Amino acid sequence: MGFYFAQFLTGLASASSLFLVAAGLSIIFGVTRIVNFAHGSLFMLGAFIAYSISQKFGFWLAVPLAALSVGAVGWAMERTVLSRLYGAPELFQLVATFGLVLIVQDAALWIWGPTDLLGPRAPGLTGVVRIFDQPIPEYDLFLIAVGVSVLAAIWWMFTRTRFGILVRAATEDREMLQALGVRPARLFQATFFIGAALAGLGGALEMPRQPASLLMDLNIIAEAFVVVVIGGMGSVTGAFLAALLIAELNAFGILILPEITLVAAFAAMAVVLVIRPYGLLGRPATSAPHAVEIQPPQTLGQTGRITALGLVIALVVLPFVAGDFVIVLTADIMIFALFAAGLHFMMGTGGLVSFGHAAFFGIGAYAAALLVNNAGLGMEIALFLAPVFAAIGAAVVGWFAVRLSGVYLAMLTLAAAQILWSASVQWQDVTGGDDGILGIWPAAWASGTTAYYYLTFALTTSGIVSLMMLARGRFGILLRAGRDAPARAQALGIDIKLRNWTAIVIAGSAAGLAGGIFAFSKGSVFPDTLAIPNSVDALVMVLLGGLHAPAGPILGAGVFALLEDSLSRLPYWRALLGAAVVGIALFAPGGIAGSLSKWLRRRREGTA
Amino acid sequence: MKFPPLAAIAAVLAISVTQANAETIRIGEINSYTRLPAFTEPYKKGWQMALEEINAKGGIHGDKLEVISRDDAGKPGNAVKIAEELVKREKVALLTGTFFSHIGLAVSDYAKQNKVLFVAAEPLTDALIWSKGNDYTFRLRPSTYMQAAMLAAEAAKTDAVKWATVAPNYAYGKDAVAAFKQVLKKLKPSVEFVDEQWPALFKIDAGVTVRALEAAKPDGIYNVTFGPDLGAMVREGTVRGLYENRTVISLLTGEPEYLEPLKAEAPKGWIVTGYPWYSIDTPEHNAFKAAYEKRWGETLKMGSLVGYNTMLSIGALLEKAKSTDTDKMIATMKGLKVATPQGEIVYRAADHQATMGSWVGRTDVVNGGGQMVDWRYIDGAEVLPTAAEAKAMRPAD
Repeated sequence: MGFYFAQFLTGLASASSLFLVAAGLSIIFGVTRIVNFAHGSLFMLGAFIAYSISQKFGFWLAVPLAALSVGAVGWAMERTVLSRLYGAPELFQLVATFGLVLIVQDAALWIWGPTDLLGPRAPGLTGVVRIFDQPIPEYDLFLIAVGVSVLAAIWWMFTRTRFGILVRAATEDREMLQALGVRPARLFQATFFIGAALAGLGGALEMPRQPASLLMDLNIIAEAFVVVVIGGMGSVTGAFLAALLIAELNAFGILILPEITLVAAFAAMAVVLVIRPYGLLGRPATSAPHAVEIQPPQTLGQTGRITALGLVIALVVLPFVAGDFVIVLTADIMIFALFAAGLHFMMGTGGLVSFGHAAFFGIGAYAAALLVNNAGLGMEIALFLAPVFAAIGAAVVGWFAVRLSGVYLAMLTLAAAQILWSASVQWQDVTGGDDGILGIWPAAWASGTTAYYYLTFALTTSGIVSLMMLARGRFGILLRAGRDAPARAQALGIDIKLRNWTAIVIAGSAAGLAGGIFAFSKGSVFPDTLAIPNSVDALVMVLLGGLHAPAGPILGAGVFALLEDSLSRLPYWRALLGAAVVGIALFAPGGIAGSLSKWLRRRREGTA
Repeated sequence: MKFPPLAAIAAVLAISVTQANAETIRIGEINSYTRLPAFTEPYKKGWQMALEEINAKGGIHGDKLEVISRDDAGKPGNAVKIAEELVKREKVALLTGTFFSHIGLAVSDYAKQNKVLFVAAEPLTDALIWSKGNDYTFRLRPSTYMQAAMLAAEAAKTDAVKWATVAPNYAYGKDAVAAFKQVLKKLKPSVEFVDEQWPALFKIDAGVTVRALEAAKPDGIYNVTFGPDLGAMVREGTVRGLYENRTVISLLTGEPEYLEPLKAEAPKGWIVTGYPWYSIDTPEHNAFKAAYEKRWGETLKMGSLVGYNTMLSIGALLEKAKSTDTDKMIATMKGLKVATPQGEIVYRAADHQATMGSWVGRTDVVNGGGQMVDWRYIDGAEVLPTAAEAKAMRPAD
């Protein structure tokens, strides 16, 4: 009995630190609707800054000072970058926060060096107390107290102060608040300051528990998202309950099934989202879109068609004029363009966001590899079946996902991807675990750089063109109807859920085809094809390219891949890539393709 | 460090272009520099120093050695793409590098497919040279199996009978536990494994993990966690008294990369593999240590030695092969002897594994920092399976 109570308390301490990070993320999302990928970076900065301050001024001064400094960093991020993007299309700010993650990673490496830094323990709280004869570290009890106090303080602020009431009002209905004469800019800045300071506090309080390391940012961010989503986006109390749920699930889960550590949080999120589509304490968005904003259909103009034709010709001619490596790089870009085009189809035309699109890319890659390796099939059949398997996977995930919307839908796809990823890591007999599957090279007729390039070209181009035609055709029109005016579409007898489900299956099979081609081009498949960074890359390519432009995914994939390839030869290249991404976000808030076509239109009108 | 201005970049490019026209042998090097700088930066400094030494001595039979080093950002797909670029565009004679096991495997498979020599530096997985070994791949660093076997031999000498294990939940952790169990059971059949914990890599919830281990009441604990996870395990375990009166065996913990950040809180009396650079007193190693500290102004890490030995191996290979023809280089690599700061190592012909060994000793706190004491060097050849056994584990091709 005593053992289980002590285990519960230990879980509670972990829950507290998780809550501090998630609470800030939840508040920021609630008010600004920004999915802040850089929140983990703020947590990491908190740990490093606290370490530096503690070396001079000791632990107790370091914690609050670090929290305030990180708050200031968050405020600066809002002022310099994010505040310029509030008018951009939905989720576009995510691209900028992704760029910030890269910049902070290299800045931290530059300032603090590569070695882990173990900070001091909390003076006065280094011992243990015995509860039911079990040793409980005093610091754990302190952390629990901090978690509960922060929850209480936020609750007091939100219900008893004018600022808190405004924040809640902004969470509920931003336009109405603006109409009532509240300047949102100040509110957003304050929100960012508080959210970032909480993340910094969380990082600083980790000092006695783990060393500050450069891996903290990406390690915490996925879990923080899970907590926010389980709790209900924007709900701080929900985040507290969710952190408790996750931490205790882990604390007791490992006693029964130690391998559970990889999936526990994501499996819990999937279950919660299926049962309660808006999280434990979340509410469905009360205000439907105020006015029906009809986005014009995505079509290529005449310039676009000519450019596309030129591009196709250039790609056909390329192997005659370019060296082997340029051919390989171009093939890579085409594969990612197809991957992104599928996601773009479901996000742009269908309004269905996915944070876990790597799931289908990975299914395609693994299906192709396993069919060749275990079933002894040829490359041709494997490439044909890769999108089929991915479509089946997408059908299963989509079945649950279409009941959700917005960020919740996105997070369910993330959970699915994460569950598949952990299966690929743990199911060693079939997938080879982290050692992957090797020796998946193309059939004899398609091997050789040029031959495989043309195969890639043929498959990806037909995939992308099919997606474009689908988006323009009847199916795309119905999908857009469901996206822009769900109520009207439903009244007209359109089965929106069925269309959305189909769109996810189509997007999934495109990703699966891309994954299959990728597997043969690299000769091997590893769990990283299913991992979060792969999903994020696809998302960034789509948003960077432009969500509402047909050429978006192609431009996005091309620019992103070329930037990464050329910059990665330089020192501190991640900061450069991050700066480039932020720069594009600031100067092309409609994405590259969107802003390009706007610029072209304006120029044409100007000269006419 | 400041970002190099455009002019400097242009100058570097110009120099590399002119160098390409002179007699140079190019080596393609790939590693996860931005993903895990704590381990790959000392490694880079190690091979850079060896490279400078080789070129200062006039290169390889008068030819200058040039390394083109690239970052794979921790993605195997990137690594294969870079390998392609290095081989096809930069015309490198051979490939080297890699830290993560899966990236090592991806590059090794590329090397096999494209008939290029690959000298793997750091990846630890046994598959690289055994179950998925190929003719084109050689590996320097002692593998997971070798290091776990060294520790299992030490564990068999202790009184501990009931063992619990804790390892990160991925291939390296799984292999390290499996090898330890296998060797220990063979040496001491009475042992019993009472619990195993598999925290997610770098996301350990150390408090609950420590308590789960404690609940199993083992005599001995075998730890495979490293990096930030290790720091968390040490703190949470120490405060809860997990390590009191228990035998703790810990893989790689004696390497400076892992032991130094713990400072005065470094565990005492753990039996570990590692690299006690501060107390190795041989003329070769003293010279290496002095040169490294002079060149970089910092102390040695495990990665420094691995990087240095990697480039020494490549130098020795090219020196002896007198050719950059892949078949000739492979023939030379088999049985190649290399004089390193830790003595002579041999690349075994049977499984392409180098006999680079490891140091086994106890941890202690000396002058306010963690160090290895009572250590001895175990040559890799002592713990490797026989040539015939190793050959049997490799695919026939």
